[in-house]
Amino acid sequence: MNTLINGLCLGGIYALIALGYTMVYGIAKMLNFAHGDIIMVGAYTIFSTLALMGHPIPAVIVAVVVCTVLGLLTERVAYRPLRGASPLAVLITAIGVSYLLQSIAQLIYGSKSQSVSMGNLGSVTLFNNVSVSISSILTLGLCLIIMVALTLFVKKTKVGCAMLAVSEDRAAAQLMGINVNGIITLTFAIGSALAAFASTFYLMQIPSVTPTLGSMPGIKAFTAAVIGGIGSIPGAMIGGILLGVIEKFALSVPVLAPYTTAIEFGLLIVILLFRPTGLLGKKRREKV
Amino acid sequence: MALLEVENLAVSYGLIQAIKGISFEVNEGEIVALIGANGAGKTTTMHALCNLIPKQAGKVTFDGKDVTGVAAHKLVPMGIAQVPEGRRIFQELTVAENLRLGSYTRKNKKEIEESLEKMYERFPILKERSKQIAGTLSGGEQQMLAMSRALMSHPKLLLLDEPSMGLSPLYVNTIFDMIKQVNSEETTVLLVEQNAKKALAIADRAYVLEIGKIAKSGKGAELLEDDSIRRAYLGG
Repeated sequence: MNTLINGLCLGGIYALIALGYTMVYGIAKMLNFAHGDIIMVGAYTIFSTLALMGHPIPAVIVAVVVCTVLGLLTERVAYRPLRGASPLAVLITAIGVSYLLQSIAQLIYGSKSQSVSMGNLGSVTLFNNVSVSISSILTLGLCLIIMVALTLFVKKTKVGCAMLAVSEDRAAAQLMGINVNGIITLTFAIGSALAAFASTFYLMQIPSVTPTLGSMPGIKAFTAAVIGGIGSIPGAMIGGILLGVIEKFALSVPVLAPYTTAIEFGLLIVILLFRPTGLLGKKRREKV
Repeated sequence: MALLEVENLAVSYGLIQAIKGISFEVNEGEIVALIGANGAGKTTTMHALCNLIPKQAGKVTFDGKDVTGVAAHKLVPMGIAQVPEGRRIFQELTVAENLRLGSYTRKNKKEIEESLEKMYERFPILKERSKQIAGTLSGGEQQMLAMSRALMSHPKLLLLDEPSMGLSPLYVNTIFDMIKQVNSEETTVLLVEQNAKKALAIADRAYVLEIGKIAKSGKGAELLEDDSIRRAYLGG
């Protein structure tokens, strides 16, 4: 039971990050490999703000603002000039941005890990005498709320609909009067804000921060996005939660624990063998 | 003064010049057809007009304003709507969502609802299927949707790129009837077609495009009788 809740928690975090990958891929048609490092920046922002102000709530707000601005800035400075360039050039630029962010963090904070205390919220005892930490419940609840809000935004608002239109057919979207650059900017803003929330929840689970903190959750969340079907919003949510639960269950079985990461990436391979576009990936059908 | 004036438009793909400096105009209230064989440059012209691809040279004036370099999405609120070749409806969105995206740049909610009702009145099948995913519609229904979607922006000028392509004869007639009807409701139409016979029959004027140049122009009815046009495009 506890493993399941922890798995759902971790899955929620992966899902939030995976949403950033998948939305940016769906709309800007690029893999933003610097996305994991936005989480790291969020975590350091929380670390610094917490040291200054001593309370986690303002720290989270500052982190959301910083990450959003950083997301917009990288899109504007690094990716927009390459619109229309070959995907490989954009991919390499994203990797460059990733290293740049890691190096800057290392310059400012050093490479040693710093501990961040988000405050102990204690735990509650549920039925069957299972004790669950409040921070897990908070993480799970907030992840769900964010995912529902995002789904409603995309499905029910005019701008959300425009995002879906741009992701399906950029030229046709332009002919509707949709400003494609504006939609791409908005997507980066949303993805980065989600990354800031992810770093908050991450620190609630693992209270320390290093310059490479974003790499592993970044890669795992990217895996989750591909498992769910990259470009698909519900796919990222399902993929993220699936991966989180599998990771926690594998870790809880002593025989499997050392192979946890191998199991996760193995799952990716198996799913891609049977469904090359991921669980909810699109099969393109053309009708003439 | 013409509603749309194109002067010396040229477009290149790398070293190949696809459009070699063409000039034409569309007057308010007209249906103007641009006909020609495959590869003549019809779709290239349409894409260049809306700046979906860059122009190499030339000037485009719409409604008295120079719109040569105006981005595609800004032309929509100015009054130009294009139905692209191959319809390009949003396959994964519903029929109603497609239509509402057509009115993306309009603000007045009441007028948008009125337009929507008008589209449903013209093609009741779209109303029946409004909640259906657009990709499940037949080719003819998708073309109706694509044209209705473009009209949702309430354009002054409607650009139609091969509206009859791949449709059964029955739907071809429906689509051409719709073009005439839309035109009678004060929308000017620029029509690109391979089906020269049908296009010339409804066009006030027409231009014949041959490998990037305008080879001939004149009244639709006259070109329909022209011997060289009959041989080249109408099957003798």
